Amino acid sequence: MVSTSSTDGGAAPSTLTPVLTDNWDAERSWTLAAYEAGGGYAALRKALSTLQPDEIITMVKDSGLRGRGGAGFPTGMKWSFIPQDNPNPKYLVVNADESEPGTCKDIPLMMASPHTLVEGVILSSYAIRANHAFIYVRGEVLHVVRRLRAAVREAYDAGHLGKDIHGSGYDLDLVIHAGAGAYICGEETALLDSLEGRRGQPRLRPPFPAVAGLYASPTVINNVESISSVPSIVANGADWFASMGTEKSKGYVIYSLSGHVKRPGQYEAPLGITLRELLDLGGGMRDGHELKFWTPGGSSTPLLTPEHLDMPLDYESVGAAGSMLGTRALQIFDETTCVVRAVLRWLEFYKHESCGKCTPCREGTWWLVQNLAKLEKGEFRRDEGEQILDLLLDQCDNILGRAFCALGDGATSPVTSSVQYFRDEYLAHLDGGGCPFDPAASTAWAVREGVKQ
Amino acid sequence: MSEALDSKAIEELRQIAGRYPQARSGLLPMLHLVQSVQGRITPEGIETCAEILGISAAEVSGVATFYTMYKRRPVGDYHVGVCTNTLCAVMGGDAIFERLKDHLGVGNDEVADERAGDKATVSLEHVECNAACDFAPVVMVNWEFMDNQTPESATQLVDDLRAGTPVQSTRGPRLCTWREAERVLAGFEDGLADEGPAAGPASLVGLEIAREQGWTAPATAPGKGE
Ligand SMILES: Cc1cc2nc3c(=O)[nH]c(=O)nc-3n(C[C@H](O)[C@H](O)[C@H](O)COP(=O)(O)O)c2cc1C
Ligand code: SF4
Ligand code: FES
Repeated sequence: MVSTSSTDGGAAPSTLTPVLTDNWDAERSWTLAAYEAGGGYAALRKALSTLQPDEIITMVKDSGLRGRGGAGFPTGMKWSFIPQDNPNPKYLVVNADESEPGTCKDIPLMMASPHTLVEGVILSSYAIRANHAFIYVRGEVLHVVRRLRAAVREAYDAGHLGKDIHGSGYDLDLVIHAGAGAYICGEETALLDSLEGRRGQPRLRPPFPAVAGLYASPTVINNVESISSVPSIVANGADWFASMGTEKSKGYVIYSLSGHVKRPGQYEAPLGITLRELLDLGGGMRDGHELKFWTPGGSSTPLLTPEHLDMPLDYESVGAAGSMLGTRALQIFDETTCVVRAVLRWLEFYKHESCGKCTPCREGTWWLVQNLAKLEKGEFRRDEGEQILDLLLDQCDNILGRAFCALGDGATSPVTSSVQYFRDEYLAHLDGGGCPFDPAASTAWAVREGVKQ
Repeated sequence: MSEALDSKAIEELRQIAGRYPQARSGLLPMLHLVQSVQGRITPEGIETCAEILGISAAEVSGVATFYTMYKRRPVGDYHVGVCTNTLCAVMGGDAIFERLKDHLGVGNDEVADERAGDKATVSLEHVECNAACDFAPVVMVNWEFMDNQTPESATQLVDDLRAGTPVQSTRGPRLCTWREAERVLAGFEDGLADEGPAAGPASLVGLEIAREQGWTAPATAPGKGE
């Protein structure tokens, strides 16, 4: 297997590198006792007694950590944009809205080890000099909300949160805030409006949240996985973190494999592992089937095909292939899946979740759904086919770059990429009779029950 | 049909607003509390939140209608959400949703009729990706995970719920009622955080492979990071 990480010692580097996932199999891993028994909160004690806030910012900058919520912005740089001469309070807001279709890493992290995130929040807040932090968690995950609240209560009782933490003079309050069901609230400025008790609609930028975020005060917004990576960086050093991954995409990340694979689940590895390697680890595709298309990082990242199996899954390589690393939500579909059905369903999602603030997205997603639905049912004439595909691409053009926020841009990704790779399959829906696929063959129980495949 | 917001509820609504540097930030959890007491978002609930926060009822109403978890009409004691976003739909979510609609005799976002002898009511809705795609197809009940479902397991599930047979989440505690769940979302602990496993089987797949192979993250180089 091709190794992607570099080590000092010369021993064969590990293909998987559990750090965030490392304690998920520990007995009662979600409790303070279990987390501390595994070395948890040692980084916090060390930081508060020996490190200045700016030193932590420098460490995070030097580590090369980039945002794990989708866009990949360098985390340390984001922190350094907080104007420390601004007289307003500073805030840290953790984006735990995890709703991008396919993305399923933050929820298990917070379920199994909420204290990893809480320790990350304290270190990060200390670094940016915030005395108030929030975790905005989507409302549809009740048990995760329970575990987070219990962890915060335990952390207060242990003196990790509250006034004068461990005698350092540093104060921090942390609030767990449950959302109420809206994908758009994962967009960072919509999240801020939602956290202020409003409809979750994106804000005009500038000003950026670093200058005028929550309550018009300097605010850092980071993804759960980004913030959870901070304790390991503070504990082991920036060089340790940067020793994993590739030249420009440093560190470890969680890859989430779902769909028609033998072993769907969470795989933590250095950036730059390939889909082929990940599939090999888990025994490949389900028996008797082959890969047809996949998303590298959620439904908003353009689809890829088997020709991309050996592409390193890092920010640069996926970008060069015309897609985006996104959230590393690897949704894997085999040849039983109709790409038109898949894309239509995603577009119905974007249409439903469009916040309605701007016309290109509100109207554009509506039109795309209309045309895709008619296409799927074969309701256009065959000789109109090419024209309809061009119309779809045109409608995407009218959204991409013209929408107010990235939701609209993301909505075009499945359409344009699927038309690029599967033109003939779209047209086959117009050969009479609509969709030529049997949806029963794609189900999880098809293999077990021997449905005709 | 719905209980009035008594003085305890109003006190708790104020308490929620008090958790934030600016009271209005409490509105979303306050609306969750209204749902837990009244079973839905009522005009009285909207007025009360508006009064506590010093904003107009129209503003509160505008927020309540924006978010899908806030319900104008009552849901069942157990609100069943079938994920029909693409990954789950393809893996069988569509078939599960069809089967449940048929089995319960309801459309989307409707409450099934309470039959003689039923101990609890069930409502059905299709939901978007619930961040559990590695457990597809996924069904949520009162926002607890019911992983790796089939049409058969899902019909058994709703039958058990209606019959009052206790049901355990695959990654959480015994299912509580929708109103009890809404209270947790409003920020009041129910003492169940320690129930259920740390992680479901799929969450642990990569870790298990790493353990088998002896793979770990690199050791900290001596002198570094100390
Ligand atoms: C429609 C939309 C939904 C998003 N959803 C999420 C989300 O659920 N979680 C998340 O961390 N980032 C999400 N993002 C990205 C955030 O806007 C933001 O970039 C991110 O939280 C920054 O954190 P990071 O730098 O640590 O990645 C979303 C963006 C858009 C446009
Ligand atoms: S792109 Fe869509 S989600 Fe974003 S602001 Fe416009 S309408 Fe709202
Ligand atoms: S698509 Fe169903 S949980 Fe993600």
